[in-house]
Amino acid sequence: MTDPSTAEIRTFIVDNFLFGDENHPLTDDTSLIENDLIDSTGILELVAFLEQRFAIAVNDSDIVPANLDSIARISSFVGGRLGQSNSAAN
Amino acid sequence: MCGVAGYCGPAFGADNAQALLRDMTGALRHRGPDDGGLYIGEAAGLGHRRLSVVGISDGHQPMVSADGHVHISYNGEIFNYVELRDAMMQRGRIFKTSSDTEVILHLYEELGPDCVSLLNGDFAFAIWDERRKRMMLARDRMGVRPLFHSWQNGTLYFASEVKALLEVPGLVARIDPVALDQIFTLWAPIAPRTAFLGISQLPPAHIMLIEGGEAASRPYWNLEFPDANDPGDDRSEAALAEELRALLDDATRIRLRADVPVGSYLSGGIDSSVIAAMAAKKVPQGLRTFSVTFTDADYDESVYQSQMVEMLGTTHTSVQFRASDTADLFPEVVSGTEQPILRTAPSPLYRLADHVREQGIKVVLTGEGADEILAGYDLFAEARVRRFCARQPRSRIRPHLFRKLYPYLPALQQQTPEYLAAFFGAGLDAADEPLFSHRPRLRSTAAAKMFFSDDLRATLGGYDAAEELASTLPAAFVRWHPLHQAQYIETTQLLPGYILSSQGDRMAMAHGVETRFPFLDPRLVEFSARIPPRFKLRGLSGKHLLKIAARGLVPDAIVKRPKQPYRAPESVSFARKGGYVAERLSAAALADAGLFNPRSSGKLVEKCLNKQAAGFRDNAAFVGVLSTQLWVDRFAGKQPPFQKTRRS
Repeated sequence: MTDPSTAEIRTFIVDNFLFGDENHPLTDDTSLIENDLIDSTGILELVAFLEQRFAIAVNDSDIVPANLDSIARISSFVGGRLGQSNSAAN
Repeated sequence: MCGVAGYCGPAFGADNAQALLRDMTGALRHRGPDDGGLYIGEAAGLGHRRLSVVGISDGHQPMVSADGHVHISYNGEIFNYVELRDAMMQRGRIFKTSSDTEVILHLYEELGPDCVSLLNGDFAFAIWDERRKRMMLARDRMGVRPLFHSWQNGTLYFASEVKALLEVPGLVARIDPVALDQIFTLWAPIAPRTAFLGISQLPPAHIMLIEGGEAASRPYWNLEFPDANDPGDDRSEAALAEELRALLDDATRIRLRADVPVGSYLSGGIDSSVIAAMAAKKVPQGLRTFSVTFTDADYDESVYQSQMVEMLGTTHTSVQFRASDTADLFPEVVSGTEQPILRTAPSPLYRLADHVREQGIKVVLTGEGADEILAGYDLFAEARVRRFCARQPRSRIRPHLFRKLYPYLPALQQQTPEYLAAFFGAGLDAADEPLFSHRPRLRSTAAAKMFFSDDLRATLGGYDAAEELASTLPAAFVRWHPLHQAQYIETTQLLPGYILSSQGDRMAMAHGVETRFPFLDPRLVEFSARIPPRFKLRGLSGKHLLKIAARGLVPDAIVKRPKQPYRAPESVSFARKGGYVAERLSAAALADAGLFNPRSSGKLVEKCLNKQAAGFRDNAAFVGVLSTQLWVDRFAGKQPPFQKTRRS
């Protein structure tokens, strides 16, 4: 089962970069850059969404394709950050 | 500057022909408010609307040759007509008028269709040779002046604008799906295609001969560059700069030829500043200059415009453009461009031409063309940086150069080197493929095609506009320097298809204003093509040789300022418009036209109108969808705008 954050990230991408087109063959591993789904403004929109929705801090150095170029990578990045927050809280 | 219309084909009654030509020329009245005329022959007819600029009292058209057998309807100016006339007079030819129109007639009588190769000018004309029963259509080298045509029941109809052709009974406006795909990839259709199915344009630098019911067109000139291993013009930088300055000075001089005052646009950039500086020295009664200023500081260049005015002492007026003006003027702008557009940049130029005309000026010089022939666009430097990054894909330092290239794009300034490299395809695009220089722009523009409807996609059947563009490139292209390859694509596709058309002729002529382009003088274009690339693009600085040539003519602050691309307020301008914006972008109107997916387009509209942060891609898509919807409303009316078919 897809974890809730992955589903939310997917919904955000479909709504904002595919404008609701559910027919697009978007998999969790689809590269957003190589498939022309995102531009520089889109990256900033994505970062703003992640910070607001998941209450995580995204540093400038985090904004790299290795963290943000697919649903799976974003989900993993968010998961990592949320894990860090939880560890810090404990 | 004028409007031409006509036909060539089976005879139809004189009354019908007259009524048709009156309707056709009536649709072109804005191009020529000063005078009009018709010629109706046995198998051809010509119509004309005139903006009187040269030979005001004796330049009535259509004009006929002294022997009464050759008739011409002509739009444009031949800037070297004085020299051509003098040479022909020395050969014994007698001229009845002081117009450049008569010069073409005489030259045609001497050389036939080959006469075009001697013309230094911006023109589109039709010559009916009654003896040979042959119609000749011709268009200038760079594509400054438009000429459209369409076959209908064995007759070829032609006109300066499509709206005149739509007066022909039975000719209906339908969108050409392939043209729409080309516009949503390349910003403009690939000539001879137009946005209208079944209506073609004569490509720049082409003539068409129609004889015996058949038409044949051919180029009479081609833009050519030296092979990469050919040093081109190997003189010193100083010598080349001196020649550039001399050629530009003469190109400006002959473009001041007119029987009415000629003004000059001043954008605040180096190109129009150099032209105005050269013109000011040649206009003893004082040059009139014109600018558009913007209330939004991001677009405004009035500081630089003022510096130039102060230096030249011109009589200057400007018109202020507010963001809301984009939306207010947009339906008129699309009526003028006659094709969907992805940028709002034509709107301020439409407004500026209106202002110029209000000021009583009919002719203006502009700096257009310098970015193409002398390599001023950021795209040229961008391609260089992309090659530089691709050589060391792991470098975190090299992609910072992209930031330096685009200081006016805030979202880009905030990106990491990894993303910068990824956005510009560094390491992804093959550096030796023909469209390498344009790939990021093509990708970014083509993203707007995600809003095409299922029916439109099915009709297009996987068509690839970029592939078609690549197939049109000449065989010698592969041997040219990469900068020259990029210049060729920019000069032969975007320049005539969008810059000179949607931002140029169509915006100015909507108000009866003729624009003249010294940088596009054929002598300068051919000279520039042979300038070695290192003198055009120095590091990341474009138009290097022009900057040298401009010393002393233009304040250093203008020569040295970073390039600011000409832009205008985009989708945010439409946010509070309501009215036609809401109506044309409603789900019902989108579904009715059938070209765009109402659901995804609706989300795009919502995003662009409700958020301030829409990026380049979203803006381009929004403007593209809206302008297409306006095109449908203006030209197709209640008819279905396209036929659903499937490409084989």
